[in-house]
Amino acid sequence: MSRLDWQLATVEKVVTETPRVKIFLLRLPHWTPHQPGQHYTLRLTAPDGYQAQRSYSVASPPEQTGQIALTVELVEDGEVSSYLFEGVESGDQLEVRGPIGGYFVWEATPEAGPLLLVAGGSGVVPLMAMLRHRQRRGLRNPTVLLYSVRTPQDVIYHRELLSMAAADASFTLLLTFTRAAPPQWTGYQRRLDAGLLTEVLNRFSAAPACFICGPTGLVEAAASRLAALGVPPEAIRTERFGPSGT
Amino acid sequence: MQNSFFNRGFQRKRPATAHVLPPGQYETQDFPVLSAGPTPRLSLDRWSFGLDGLVSSAQQWSWAEFNALPQQDFTVDIHCVTQWSKFGTQWRGVSLDTLLELAGPTTEAHYVMAHCYGGYTTNLPLTDLTGGKAFIGLQYDGQPLTPDHGGPARLVVPHLYFWKSAKWVQRLELRAEDAPGFWERAGYSMYGDPWKEQRYLDDDEDLAAGTR
Repeated sequence: MSRLDWQLATVEKVVTETPRVKIFLLRLPHWTPHQPGQHYTLRLTAPDGYQAQRSYSVASPPEQTGQIALTVELVEDGEVSSYLFEGVESGDQLEVRGPIGGYFVWEATPEAGPLLLVAGGSGVVPLMAMLRHRQRRGLRNPTVLLYSVRTPQDVIYHRELLSMAAADASFTLLLTFTRAAPPQWTGYQRRLDAGLLTEVLNRFSAAPACFICGPTGLVEAAASRLAALGVPPEAIRTERFGPSGT
Repeated sequence: MQNSFFNRGFQRKRPATAHVLPPGQYETQDFPVLSAGPTPRLSLDRWSFGLDGLVSSAQQWSWAEFNALPQQDFTVDIHCVTQWSKFGTQWRGVSLDTLLELAGPTTEAHYVMAHCYGGYTTNLPLTDLTGGKAFIGLQYDGQPLTPDHGGPARLVVPHLYFWKSAKWVQRLELRAEDAPGFWERAGYSMYGDPWKEQRYLDDDEDLAAGTR
């Protein structure tokens, strides 16, 4: 079979990560290594033949062979996300094809330079694959994850990110809460404005490679501001969820 | 892959559309934005658009010159490879037929590479740009095209997946041979026919081999 044929994956585990986010660990019969940042397309078929397809970024690193972790956010009226949320449990089968997308990917080489990852909401998913890959490779390139969420309960992978930051001085986790911060929070509580992005860029001694993923408005704002602050446009890679993304 | 596979309990939730959707697509009412990098901010007094390569008379227009060309209204359906389709979108712009007539493609010209501000490229067969099938869009829904949707001007080729409709287009280069552009080098189809669900390079190979 060619690399992008549909294959029937088996759900090995479903984890409720936040009230609106579930992680589906799939076992693939024809797994191939992905590049961190790539996605899979998932296809649901109704008994009457109706089909719906959506794309989901892979959260797991390519070192996790044979499996992919897809992280799914529940979307209002989303026919695919609501079915995955309500109707799928371990042992079920799902049709997927991938890995897809060769641009929003990070190549982890020993010479990898500084890295700035900017996420809004579930936009953290492809960036998580990059961070996990970097960790598995034991790389120590200066890396910052700037992660904008509304409230503390919306932080995906919170414990893993905290322990990653605690174990690796070259990795900095910067959360910003735009609606409600945890009690005694002393970090950022604002949107990704020019002042905040200037402070983040000042943490780097050389211009970082930038990967930005999240809702359109956040990505558009962060990418424009980073370019205006002097990051070369070709060093800024973006992936956006349109308003109709489900 | 057995064809009889279905997901137990899954059913259509979106209202049935009156439109015929290409395979794997769903209808959206809004206009999602997808780009690979920051949106270029282009000043109109430094903007130009050109047609060159295998043409008898290379063309380059300033913003004022380009807007003085005859414009037409287009109502078209658009299909994005990320699975959304949007029906009845309304544009105003300059037909590629008008532009190609001025430039005069040579008999060796068979392919086009679109080059854009910001460095994006995409490739198309020349015949997909002629016969009223393509235009340079200047207005969307009665308003000047906004930068996030490719303004001030984008190529629009509605019968192919929308990544072929290059945003912030700067020039079209007519060529003898096909060559992959930005997404095509990243594994996407060289042609991108939504009705054949030609999303990726593998789909091109499957279609060519007749295995699909």
